[in-house]
Amino acid sequence: MNILPRTTTLNSDLSIFVPAVQMSRKKHNCCGSDEYIAATCTSSDHRRSEHRYFDMNVAALAVLRRRSNEERKEKKNVLEEVDLLRNKQCPVMDIDPDDVFRDDEDPENELYQERDSTKEMLVYLVDASPKMFSTSCPSEDQKDVSHFHIAVSCIAQSLRTQIINRSYDDVAICFFNTREKKNLQDSNNVYVFNVPEREELDRPTARLIKEFDSIEESFSKEIGSKYGILPGSRDNSLYNALWVAQALLRKGSAKTADKRILLFTNEDDPFGNIKGMTKMDMTRTTLQRAKDAQDLGISIELLPLSRPDDEFNMSLFYADLLGLEGTNLTQFKALVGERFEDMKDQLRKRMFRKRKIRRIKFIITNAMSIEVNAYALVRPTNPGTITWLDSVTNLPLKTDRSFICADTGALVQETPKLFQTYKNDSIMFSTDELSEIKRVSTGPLRLLGFKPLSCLKDYHNLKPSTFVFPSDEEVVGSTCIFIALHGSMLRLKRFAVAFYGSSTHPQLVALVAQEEIMSTSGQVEPPGMHMIYLPYSDDVRPVEELHTDTNAMAPRATDDQIKSATALVRRVDLKSFSVCQFANPALQRHYAVLQALALDEDEMPDVRDETLPDEEGMARPGVVKALEEFKLSVYGENYDEESDSIASGKTSDASKKRKAIADKATEESAKVDWSDLADKGELKELTVPKLKYYLTANGLSVSGKKEDLINRILTHLGK
Amino acid sequence: MARNKEGLVLVLDVGPTMHTVLPEVEKVCSMLVQKKIIFSKNDEVGLVVFGTKDTKNELTNEVGGYEHVMVLRDIKVVDGNLVEALQQLPRGSIHGDFIDAVVVGMDMLIKKYGQTNKGKKRLCLLTNAASPTKDPYDGTKEDQVNTIAEQMRAHGMKMDCIVVRISQDLDMDKKILEENDYLLNAFSYKSSTKTVHVDSPTSLLGALRTRNIFPVTIYRGDFEMSSKMKIKVWVYKKTSEEKFPTLKKYSDKAPPTDNYATHEIKVDYEYKSVEDPNKSVPPEQRIKGYRYGPQVVPISSAELETFKFKPEKSVKLLGFTDASNIMRHYYMRDVNIFIAEPGNTRAIVAVSALARALKEMNKVAIVRCVWRQGQGNVVVGILTPNVSDKHNIPDSFYFNVLPFAEDIREFQFPSFSNLPSSMQPNEQQQEAADKLVQMLDLAPTGKEVLRPDLTPNPVLERFYNCLEVKSKQQDAAVPPLDETLRKITEPDPELISQNKAVIDEFHRCFELKENPKLKKSSRRLLKEKPTGSSEEGVGNGADAQAIDAIEYTSRVKVEKIGDLDPVQDFEAMMSRRDSTEWISKAIQDMKNKIFDIVENSFEGDTYRKALECLVALRKGCILEQEPKQFNDFLRHLVKFCEEKDLNSFGEYLASHEITLISKKEAPDSEISEDDAKNFIVKREPKAEQGL
Repeated sequence: MNILPRTTTLNSDLSIFVPAVQMSRKKHNCCGSDEYIAATCTSSDHRRSEHRYFDMNVAALAVLRRRSNEERKEKKNVLEEVDLLRNKQCPVMDIDPDDVFRDDEDPENELYQERDSTKEMLVYLVDASPKMFSTSCPSEDQKDVSHFHIAVSCIAQSLRTQIINRSYDDVAICFFNTREKKNLQDSNNVYVFNVPEREELDRPTARLIKEFDSIEESFSKEIGSKYGILPGSRDNSLYNALWVAQALLRKGSAKTADKRILLFTNEDDPFGNIKGMTKMDMTRTTLQRAKDAQDLGISIELLPLSRPDDEFNMSLFYADLLGLEGTNLTQFKALVGERFEDMKDQLRKRMFRKRKIRRIKFIITNAMSIEVNAYALVRPTNPGTITWLDSVTNLPLKTDRSFICADTGALVQETPKLFQTYKNDSIMFSTDELSEIKRVSTGPLRLLGFKPLSCLKDYHNLKPSTFVFPSDEEVVGSTCIFIALHGSMLRLKRFAVAFYGSSTHPQLVALVAQEEIMSTSGQVEPPGMHMIYLPYSDDVRPVEELHTDTNAMAPRATDDQIKSATALVRRVDLKSFSVCQFANPALQRHYAVLQALALDEDEMPDVRDETLPDEEGMARPGVVKALEEFKLSVYGENYDEESDSIASGKTSDASKKRKAIADKATEESAKVDWSDLADKGELKELTVPKLKYYLTANGLSVSGKKEDLINRILTHLGK
Repeated sequence: MARNKEGLVLVLDVGPTMHTVLPEVEKVCSMLVQKKIIFSKNDEVGLVVFGTKDTKNELTNEVGGYEHVMVLRDIKVVDGNLVEALQQLPRGSIHGDFIDAVVVGMDMLIKKYGQTNKGKKRLCLLTNAASPTKDPYDGTKEDQVNTIAEQMRAHGMKMDCIVVRISQDLDMDKKILEENDYLLNAFSYKSSTKTVHVDSPTSLLGALRTRNIFPVTIYRGDFEMSSKMKIKVWVYKKTSEEKFPTLKKYSDKAPPTDNYATHEIKVDYEYKSVEDPNKSVPPEQRIKGYRYGPQVVPISSAELETFKFKPEKSVKLLGFTDASNIMRHYYMRDVNIFIAEPGNTRAIVAVSALARALKEMNKVAIVRCVWRQGQGNVVVGILTPNVSDKHNIPDSFYFNVLPFAEDIREFQFPSFSNLPSSMQPNEQQQEAADKLVQMLDLAPTGKEVLRPDLTPNPVLERFYNCLEVKSKQQDAAVPPLDETLRKITEPDPELISQNKAVIDEFHRCFELKENPKLKKSSRRLLKEKPTGSSEEGVGNGADAQAIDAIEYTSRVKVEKIGDLDPVQDFEAMMSRRDSTEWISKAIQDMKNKIFDIVENSFEGDTYRKALECLVALRKGCILEQEPKQFNDFLRHLVKFCEEKDLNSFGEYLASHEITLISKKEAPDSEISEDDAKNFIVKREPKAEQGL
């Protein structure tokens, strides 16, 4: 099923790795080899990023796949050449020392880079020391789970998310403090987990996810846990782990990819049981190791697991490793969780790096514009795009689009002009004219004024909102103005009305200030403003008035009826409801099936539909009683929904007609011995309307040609 | 008679007090007719104006009276003449009587359609209702209105009343206004009349619905609160975006003599096998592939059907929760509305009780919906109460779709309180911001401007305007955005000048400057320097400049290959999409650069850089299908090296296996794969000879 021809040659890259302690001494101000590799993948990465958010055109996909294959081959050549040149290194980017956002929560603002990284390369570095297994915290179902389990299950979850949402990103999973070793550097106590047909740092595959799911069962047998930093030994498992991780991240350049190491550990003092010179020496080399990695544009992020009674002490070692100082250090929060679920939540949120969709100039007044970044925090996830394949070879197909003149059948080569038929005439528009028509605004986001929040109705919505957060990257002072307005809007309970003048879809928007909301598991709602796209008058339909009874008062509930409804609402209260608590069952099912097919599994997995109502809860006596009381109150006694409903009495004309057709069909269909006709092959003698009687009577589709109809009948008859 | 054919009579007040808004009336009415011409060309429209000096209508001939009401056009299928008539409405000199005009309009509808076309007959009255109405011969005015409303109901007519009262003409006789409003209210009370009050020209453009959509339910059935308690509901769309019309592609291939030519272009898709680009794969041999990580998993539609998630059609209650639990920004899509089954009194009461209870308690309901049988997904959404304040409209719920866990990206942002103090507003700044938020008020008591329900879409307004202009003169330029529509896209100059002091104070309190750490070239958000004054922009030049500043693409456009990073420059140029010329320029520049580098080398110190460039060029030429460019160049380069005694570079290339581009890599190449490989091998002995 794996239809992509793959090369495994890239691994050779790793064998030529030179330890960075030496490298860093040989820094020259020249074009480094890392950049060199980068250049060869820029174009493909750009294409990838374009496709990430938009529907991938089939043709483009085919081309892309072809090209990426070529590039793989190409890269192989290049890498071998680089081999010779590896002794020259230079820092890939300058890190601004005065930077204000320097904590692991917002590393993107940290660098004044011109580009937005598109691809992410991520190494999960998981401490597998005995302490990770012995320390545990309680979970919701009263069972204690180990820190190792927390880390592993979070990674498993994020792999699943990633394969759906961002399958172009590369990941590697690496354990340290292991008994066995498996890595190209042959370092002790480090084990790189991988599955066949996959490079160590590569996109997640179905098999990886599947095998990683059962890692805990096989772990002690195949990998084993063993603390790697012991007195009397020169082994330094943390150093080795960072080395291996950095080596994995050699692929590609920091210019085109975000390179990250996510370090999961619960040991705040890795060299705690070593003393004297050895300790100093080990600490120094490890810190140098980390610094070299950071100089190469790799960011190291720590996910410290700790217990409430035994806090993770950053100052012992890791503050130095991450380069945290002063206030940044105090802000850095260890993952302290009472419960497993809390910790999992925190981990999940920290594992993802945010990507902005665009930078916007927000015009407050004619003389004052601030800079804001827009982020898509809420967007529907779809089952992905379809690639057409040749069912014989399973190879992707190339789509050729051609324009054909409807009148003459001739092929049209040039980009055609567009027209609208109006008053029996074809009115032509050039694309320039159309974009001029759409250019109705003088700025990207222009403030028009403010309104009280009560003016924003529940039906003022068209599509998912966009989150807006200030940035001082280009215009210093933007954040201050934004925070001031944000505060005022919250206090005065007002929202801003602005015009968002995008070139394709200019729209009136509401900017609603959101206060930061924190919970035990960290930030729940970030502070900022949400941009809500407002409808225009012709987008709103006056449905309420559709069925107004002009003569009479519309029935209204009495106070007693409202009271019984109130009692019911109180009973069926979802106290801890949060908007994102349900997984999309259709999507889960789709991907479960894909995974099963990708792994050639025979059995189709069963996916639980979390969106079904809680039958058990609804059957509780209190709820049942409240429901019955409400029913009695609004419907009265002896209410039969079906007979009382006007639907059966005064059905609309259309449904009456539909029913008549169905009745006739059943009647007519009964007159024919279908099975007999089918056996004799005489179905084709019947007219199409007659065939349709059978189909309608049996609730089948009546579309298609006569042949299709006959086939459908035969299938239904089981012939 | 076509099913959805509408019969409409526009009844427009053109009296002296209406003159200021007549331009907008002309615009909105002609847009209405334009859309009908395009989207429902069988609709029939009549036009009545009142407040004119002259009188022209059938009733005046038949029964007398009904003066100053003119039928400008009988009810006829819409056409371009009507658009033109609407764009040149007469300016009347008499204060007309809107009741007379309504009766004339009704009479036209009755005479034309009689009892047929029920529910598709509509009157549209546009007036400021500021002129006194005449007393009837017998009974009161109210009786008269009741009789008329009764007639409308009997004939299944609807009426839209748009009452335009721009603030300055509020000095009219209060008594008359009150009486007229009372009469119009009586209409809404007794018939299917909807009255909208409009107080600005911009809202006037949005007040008349120009889009004609026949509402269709997306669900009819039970709202299951439990297996025992169900409420019959109908679900409609409440909002739905009106899209920019899709224009057709024009073909000029048909001979000019062909009067029946459609001039349309069909788009044809052919699926071709990658191995043999000449072979087209028939539809039945195609299979859908879905991405799963790096793999593409083929699934036939039969398999897909079998494994697909198949929920039952239903709407089920999951529970209730505090309204504050669900943030406004989680609403995902356009909005639906749940109404109780029309005519089912008990269902209406049940919905009403629930809606009112929720509103009282500030709660919302969470529901799970599958609208149709066979739908492959479910939606979870929120019901918010919509308690009606009109006596004849029942209570209902708005329904908004909520995101699933997969749809949320939980990015973390720094707390504002954790940002450095330089980014925190001080007391004075906060005060200035408070003032601005308070004073730049778009909803002073009872007078909200830019209400979404009354705001027209400026892009569509402009498109239809342009369409009309172009229908008269094909090469006409796109007309500028109408002044009235500018009120939607730009702040109201009046509001700005009223609050000049507040805005100036705001400017004084905050300082903005460009980030000095940023390289000049990467600045995009050029900012006008604060001048202290705030002349609201009417100057088109400044505006255009502002747009230029914004619409820079995210990257600086590379126009030539520099010395610092030629590979990057080359790739940037190759990926420029604004003109195809960049590709050939990039290739040419790169060639020159490589020559320069090789030529300037000293003991091979620049070979590596040259090689990098060459590799990039090779790759670029393959991507852009320019193999000949590269192959010719490589031959030339090798020859050049031989001539210039730069054999070491030839060796260097050979050792790195730089080959010609073969046919396999780029179909346009004339070089076979073997030849490509041999190229360098062949060179090697020569190089040795050279030594």
